[in-house]
Amino acid sequence: MSRHAAGPGRGEPATFEESPTKPRRKRVVLADSRAPVTVLRTAMELEEQTSYGEELVRQFIRVQLKAGAKLWGLGVLFLAALPAAFHFLPHLAELSFAGVRLPWIVLGILPYPLLFGIGYLYNAIAERNERDFVDMVEK
Amino acid sequence: MELNLWAVVAVLLVAFATFYIGFRSSRLASTTPDFLVARRTVRSSRNAAAVSGEYLSAASFLGVAGLVLKDGADALWYPIGFTAGYLALMVFVAAPLRRSGAYTLPDFCEARLGSKALRGLSTVFVVFIGMLYLVPQLQGAGLTVARILPFPPWIGSVLVAAVVIVNVFGGGMRAITVVQAFQYWLKLFAIAAPTFVMCALFFGNGGLATTTTGLTEPLPPTFTEAVAIDVQTPVVLQVKEHTWLSAEGVIDDRPAHGSTFWAPGEYSVGAGTRLNFFEGSSVPVVAGAPADNESWLRPVAGTSDMFLTYSLILATFLGTMGLPHVLVRFYTNPDGRAARRTTLHVLLLLSLFYLFPVLIGALSRLYVPELLVTGRTDLAVLALPSKIAPGVLGQILGAVTAAGAFAAFLSTSSGLVVSVAGVLSTDMLPGRVRDFRYATAIAGVVPLALSIILRPTDLSLTVGMSFALAASTFAPVLLLGIWWRRLTWVGAAAGIVVGGALVLAALVVNTVSNYTGDWAWSVLSQPAIITVPVAFLTVIVVSKATQRTLPPDVNRIRLRMHAPDRLGFIRDRDIARFGTAEERARLANGRHRQ
Repeated sequence: MSRHAAGPGRGEPATFEESPTKPRRKRVVLADSRAPVTVLRTAMELEEQTSYGEELVRQFIRVQLKAGAKLWGLGVLFLAALPAAFHFLPHLAELSFAGVRLPWIVLGILPYPLLFGIGYLYNAIAERNERDFVDMVEK
Repeated sequence: MELNLWAVVAVLLVAFATFYIGFRSSRLASTTPDFLVARRTVRSSRNAAAVSGEYLSAASFLGVAGLVLKDGADALWYPIGFTAGYLALMVFVAAPLRRSGAYTLPDFCEARLGSKALRGLSTVFVVFIGMLYLVPQLQGAGLTVARILPFPPWIGSVLVAAVVIVNVFGGGMRAITVVQAFQYWLKLFAIAAPTFVMCALFFGNGGLATTTTGLTEPLPPTFTEAVAIDVQTPVVLQVKEHTWLSAEGVIDDRPAHGSTFWAPGEYSVGAGTRLNFFEGSSVPVVAGAPADNESWLRPVAGTSDMFLTYSLILATFLGTMGLPHVLVRFYTNPDGRAARRTTLHVLLLLSLFYLFPVLIGALSRLYVPELLVTGRTDLAVLALPSKIAPGVLGQILGAVTAAGAFAAFLSTSSGLVVSVAGVLSTDMLPGRVRDFRYATAIAGVVPLALSIILRPTDLSLTVGMSFALAASTFAPVLLLGIWWRRLTWVGAAAGIVVGGALVLAALVVNTVSNYTGDWAWSVLSQPAIITVPVAFLTVIVVSKATQRTLPPDVNRIRLRMHAPDRLGFIRDRDIARFGTAEERARLANGRHRQ
């Protein structure tokens, strides 16, 4: 948040020794020159809604939506295929591993690591997209 | 069931711990943003525990095991759907919703679409969904307490409502965040520990080899001991094998006294009938549920079953994001990135929890099949411990599960009361802390009165139905509002009205058909597969037809919702409306708390 760090609160002005006769001197600080000043042209474009800024945002939203829809779609496709698979291939339901029937493994345990894995992957991708966008805006 | 003193102590301990934790955290709460959204300072690990604590209601804690006991493999879709709903929430909703800066769901609708009318409409729906949820929670609490104490059910309802109202009154969101996080871990312990002990006892006794009817055999379950069952509500039972029993009461509209023989077929048993079964005789099952163990093990029997499963998948996968009391927790995150991480964490916590009710449901099939006769299968979690481990150990395990169930009622009710009170106080009242407290009293007392007046069967809004309602009303508005630029408030309002009306119509028709001979199409019991696509289509078509009502600042709002947090475009609307002058100035600078 460096770009807004400049403000009157920082860098307390040096005050002289209190003396009853002299009027107190006060330094008025308009902008602290010690704070890093970065001109963020792209950020301004975003804020001011120029056509370039709007196009950037539109592209970024599309990238995020595509990443999310792909991963979510993949997970849902797998899960949604299961009822049909058990309906049309009934012998699948009779297989068993270690005394537990296949449907109970596939429906009782498997979906949870799958859902978490997809969530983890999406989180990583979405955060990377956001970092890329910020880097591009602040370069 | 005999008086279990352990359970009484456990339930009172949970009530006291809840009150104490809430009271301690209340001291920090003083402003409207405190009460509404806990000042948006909740870290993601704690928030995730709180979201899970609130979400795991009685339907999860008691209901999932009961459904597994009754429906077998098909019921496994409920916990999958409950969890998968959070994946959609995380991928499509969490971060943009938080960045919109809204503090309630109606506020989001106004922020995105700039319409007071839409805000009013969604206020009505939020309050409606909240009340529909609260009444069964309070009634469930009453029934649980009535099981362990010789008190009428309303005592339990009053106890839960009192603890919740006092907590929310004192600290709003600030107070219940810690309470709900605590209750998640309590519930996980209360279901995991008894499950481990019961599985150890089960396998220690010889496992499946000792059971009279294995779970893979094409036979009905059998009674492990002689049982007397009092039928309280009329029920139709399907009998698979010749059964001798003695009955006192009404069977097939004729009085029955003494020894009776049941050939395979269906029998209707009147209220107040007492059925005595012998040890080892096969268990009749409520009509409509799989009667023998082999079909219980199998997922999907027939096309209509598959259709219903898909409908349930649609309702739960999209319904979670439309539940106002779940969303209200997401506004408490510091920023969008934290909201996304919270949801990821929730996926982990829920996955951990749902392994256990499934195991309990399967064990119940062997040990408490009598619940299948009365249809009260949701009592499985409470009844199983004393059956599997007679004596003190069983009583202690039963006390632990009862405490967990009580925590489930408390945490879900707290979340519902906060979300309804937040909406009432900011939309119907000026939104000061005082107004939030008035609203809390309304949001707690009205459902309490309803829960005492209405019989539990009057409100047959099942879990699946409430998810269908959420998926057909708020889910389209959120998804399209966040990702589709051309959504208009007219389209959103039309979608909410059409989707909501369709689900409610299905509910009414289904209830009427239940009383008059089950003539309704089975899809009406889970209408999401029709109502959700219709609601989405309505929103899209009406929006396209009303493009001139597009909000003028739509691009600015989209930028705010999607721009990464570091760029600092978030404007918290609760600060803008209720904050102090200094907080507002800081907000205008584009800086927000990190």
